[in-house]
Formats: sequence, structure tokens, C-alpha cells
Amino acid sequence: MNIWHFVLREIRHRKLNALLTAVSVAVATACLSGALVLLKADAESSEKALAAKQQAVESAGAELQDAMRKIMKGLGFNVVILPKDQDLQEMHLTGMINKTMPEDYVDRLANSNIVTVNHLLPTVTKKLNWPEQNGLPIVLYGTRGEVPIAHRDPKKPLLDAVPRGSMIVGYQIGLKLGLGDGAEVTLLGKPFKILKTHGERGSIDDSTVWINLREAQEMLGMENLIHAIQALECHCAGDRISQIRQEIISILPGTQAIERGAPALARAEARDQAKVTAQQSLADEIESRNELRGQRERFAAFMVPLATLGCALLMGLTTLANVRQRRQEIAILGALGLRSRQVLGIFLGKALLIGVVGAIVGLIVGALVGGVLGGSEGGAGVDGATVALSFALAIGVALLGSWLPALIASRQDAATVLQQD
Amino acid sequence: MIRLDKVGHHYSSPDGGDVVAIKDVNLSVAAGKFVALKGPSGCGKSTLLLIAGGLLRPTSGDVEIAGVEPYKLSLEERAAFRANTVGFVFQQFHLVPYLDVLDNVLAPSLASGRKDWKRAEALVEQFGLTHRAHHTPSALSTGERQRAAMARALYNEPKVLLADEPTGNLDPENAAIVLKQLVAFADQGGAVLMVTHASDASSVADEIITLG
Repeated sequence: MNIWHFVLREIRHRKLNALLTAVSVAVATACLSGALVLLKADAESSEKALAAKQQAVESAGAELQDAMRKIMKGLGFNVVILPKDQDLQEMHLTGMINKTMPEDYVDRLANSNIVTVNHLLPTVTKKLNWPEQNGLPIVLYGTRGEVPIAHRDPKKPLLDAVPRGSMIVGYQIGLKLGLGDGAEVTLLGKPFKILKTHGERGSIDDSTVWINLREAQEMLGMENLIHAIQALECHCAGDRISQIRQEIISILPGTQAIERGAPALARAEARDQAKVTAQQSLADEIESRNELRGQRERFAAFMVPLATLGCALLMGLTTLANVRQRRQEIAILGALGLRSRQVLGIFLGKALLIGVVGAIVGLIVGALVGGVLGGSEGGAGVDGATVALSFALAIGVALLGSWLPALIASRQDAATVLQQD
Repeated sequence: MIRLDKVGHHYSSPDGGDVVAIKDVNLSVAAGKFVALKGPSGCGKSTLLLIAGGLLRPTSGDVEIAGVEPYKLSLEERAAFRANTVGFVFQQFHLVPYLDVLDNVLAPSLASGRKDWKRAEALVEQFGLTHRAHHTPSALSTGERQRAAMARALYNEPKVLLADEPTGNLDPENAAIVLKQLVAFADQGGAVLMVTHASDASSVADEIITLG
């Protein structure tokens, strides 16, 4: 015979009372564990959603970058390397370069360790009137195709060289000559075969004739000289142009480098802006979710104690009813010699047992409900801390609610009760 | 064994007045004696019994039970004293409703710390309740309940047995069994103080004291 024997027999005898107290403890525990599971499930769900969004932003960024590469190819070059003494003001006004530099500059650059430029294209350009075509004004453009950069793996060229004896003509030239591909023409006394006529570009390209660099140099008396090196697909978006300039000038001191292709730059900036916007949108979503989580936490921080208090009160009232119901029993136990602390132990032992049962039931119910509402599996959100907190709360509610009634029971005057009977 | 010297008890009534339950009562029950306490309703018999059992502190007078003055002990000490010295039997039995007969008989062990299943079983057998040992009080007849209460009162081998109308609700057959056990307890050296209205009950006592 011990206190637990009394407790278990009494619970079995007064099932409804035990059930009510266990339910009130379970409700408080379910509120807590449910809130914890729900908040955890919400946090996990947010993390997943944000990770997915982050991935989408990165993927979109990569796609934009790829698209940018193609756009840059279509728009032209990013950096033009010019002789150092070229008057840029004059160049911008006339669209032509009148100073030259040695052709081997391009080889020096290609054989250097330059890392900011992907493709190199040496050119000569000159405005002239095509004597064999009634003085038709054209821009003669001599190119030898791309010069591979020695220290890199070969990249697929963006532009191919024009073979000797061939020419490519712009849209307007083609229109004015009225000749198709394969037609033969003469330029400055040299015969050429039209390799291709470009479609309309709406730029100076429409009035340009592209021939082999070597032939252009011979025709213009510029052997081993070039006007410019076009650096294609430079990594020059944003502030890096200054770095590229420094790198080029350190290799080729007799040159200057300018950025060309403002539309490409604008698009690069737009791409960067799009990335920034997407990142800002992601940051906004994180903030929004954090705010929502904060609201939920504040709500739980208010509701859980309220529910706990209500359940503790219900537990207290039910225990008080139990104490009143057991007045005679307590009195006779007192008459038999039970100490106050033993009577207290009987009631608090019952509360402890009910607290444990309520914790188990409440934890299961809370985890299931929280899991369902939070959109995750029930058990997924239950961790050690949730279990520990649930048990602490359940036992706390049970003991707190029972404390006062148990104290009343332990201090009950046995003689008064026995006299009343 | 039991000595009450000029014991009085009064309490406040709800209207603020002072109600005297007993006044200057002298009473003595020696070891091996069976004393019956008689008197009209409201004369303070039950109050006197509770005072003699160490449950109700008198407002005046001295009490000595088995050589101990219980009201000079602390509450805890007095509870321990009751557990080891005094046995109670009530008219309403006051069995613990959710314990079976054997557990009810063993209940005093919670207070005394002396757990002796064999003694409990022997008492159950002694009072003819073996076939009811695992029945709760609600399944027992009135006589069986009082016999179970008697067995419980004797479990801790008290020196004093206090009985408040123990045969008041019993049929003659069961009343005779209970009285026989009280006499036997006195014969074995215990002191019995029994409050009763019944003349049959008082007839087995060594001494009858009338209050009021």
C-alpha cells in the first residue's frame, strides 16, 4: 500500500473526474505542441519556398547571362583598342580611325595572359568611293577573322575571316549593286566574288564592304598596320571596363581602349538590374514571411498562455470538486494518522500522473493538428524541445491547477468533517 | 489508558454566540476496560470521543492517552501518535470507496508504515470477510462494511479503540459480532470507549458513563 496505489484506484473509481482533468491538460499541451509544430512546419515550408525561389532567380539570372552573350554578339564589340594618338573626338565625328598601329599588337595581346577579353579581331577601315561602281560611297572593312588567345582553350569564333578574293557586302550596297551572292565585282582594280549580302541592320554596316585584312592592307598601302583591334565579348559589364583598360594598356602601352556598344552595356545593366530586382523581390518575400511568422509567434505567445491558464483553472476547479467529493475519505485518512503531506501527495501524485497522460495525448493531438494545418507530416515537426516543453507544460498545468485544492485537502480538519456526519 | 481531566469544548455558533459542547468532563478508561458513553443527542458524546482520539483539541482541560498528552504534540507528531495508538470505528463506517476490503484494512499502513499483508488477510478472515476481500464497499452489506471498518481499526494494533455508535446501523447479528470484537480487544488489554444509544451495546461494557 502506497500513495500510487491510492491514486490509481481513485482514478479508476472516478473516471469522469480523471478524464476531465486529463482533457484539460491535454488541451493546453495540444495548444502548445500544435503551435510549435505549426510554426516549425511554416518555417520549413517558407525555407523550401524561398530556396525554390532563390533557385529560380539564379536560373533566370543564368538564362539572362546566356541571352546577353547572344545579344552582345549581335550588337558588336564591347571594347575597341586604338592607337594611343587617335583623336577620339574626330573618330566619333567621322566614324573613322585615321591613326594606325602595328598588326603584331594583336598577336602580343593574344599571346599574353589577358583574362578579360574572349575574342580579338584586328581591322582596318576606310571610307572611300567605289570607283568601279560610279563612286558609290562605302566603308571598306578589312578583317582577318578572330585571333585565338593562346593561353585559353579554343573558343568557337563569333566571326569568321573573309577569304582572299571574297567580299561580304552590306544590305544597301547589295541593293544598289543589284547583284546576288557569287557575282563578281572589281574594287580598286582587284577582282572579288560576293560571298554574302547581309540583311538590313539599320546601321553603318548596311554601307560596309568586308574583305580580307591582308588584301585591304595592300589596297590601302597599310602593310602590317591596322586601325583597331576589336575585343569581342569582353567581361566588361559594370565597373570592370577600367580594369580591362589597365590590363590592355599594360600589355600594349601604345594603345588606348574605349568601350563601345552602349546598347549592349545598357542590356548588361538591365540584366544586372533584373537580377537586383529579383533579389530584392526575394528579400521582400523573406521579410514578408518573417513578418507573418512574427505575427503567428506573437499570436501563439498570447493564445498558448491563455489556453494554459484556462486549462489550469479548469483543472483546479475539477480537482476542487474532487476534494469536496472526498472530504470524508480525507477526514478518515486523517483520523487513521495520515500526515498532511501524505494527503497532499495523494492529490499531487494524481495530478502528476494526469499531467503525464495529458502530455502524451496533447502532444500527439497537437502534432497531428499542427502537422495537418502546417501542411507537413504529423511527426515531422516534433523535436526534442517540443516534447520537453509539452511535458513541462502539462505537468506544470496539472500541478499548478491542483496545488490549491490539494493544499485545502491537506489542511482539512478531520474532526469538523467527522462531526458533521 | 485514557484520562480526560476537566475537559471542556465550546465553539462559536453561526449567529456569533458561544455554544458549549461539553464542560468539565472527567473520564478515565483503564487498559483492559470497556467503557460505554451514553446520553441524549447533542450532549457532546461524539465531541468527547474525537477529543479522546487526538482529533479535536479541547478548549479546556487535560487529555492523556496511553501516557501521552497528544495536544502537546505537533500536528505531525499527533498524526503519527494516532496511527500507532488509536483505532476508530464510526457509525457510517467511512470506508474508502475505491479500495477493496483488503486495501481498506491495509490503509492505516500508509500512516504507520507497517505493511503486513498477512496481518491484513488474517483480520479479513477474522471478521468473516475473506470471500469479500476484493470487493469494494459498495458491494458489501451494512454489516460487512462495519466489520471491514473494525478490521481496519485493529490493523495497526492500537492501544485504544474509540467507537462512535458502531452498532447503530447494524442488524442484531452483525451488532453482536462487532460488540464481541470490542470486548475481545478490551480482554486483550486494550481500552475501549464506545458512544452508544443502544442498551444492548452498553450491556457488554464494564462501565457506563452518562453525559448530560
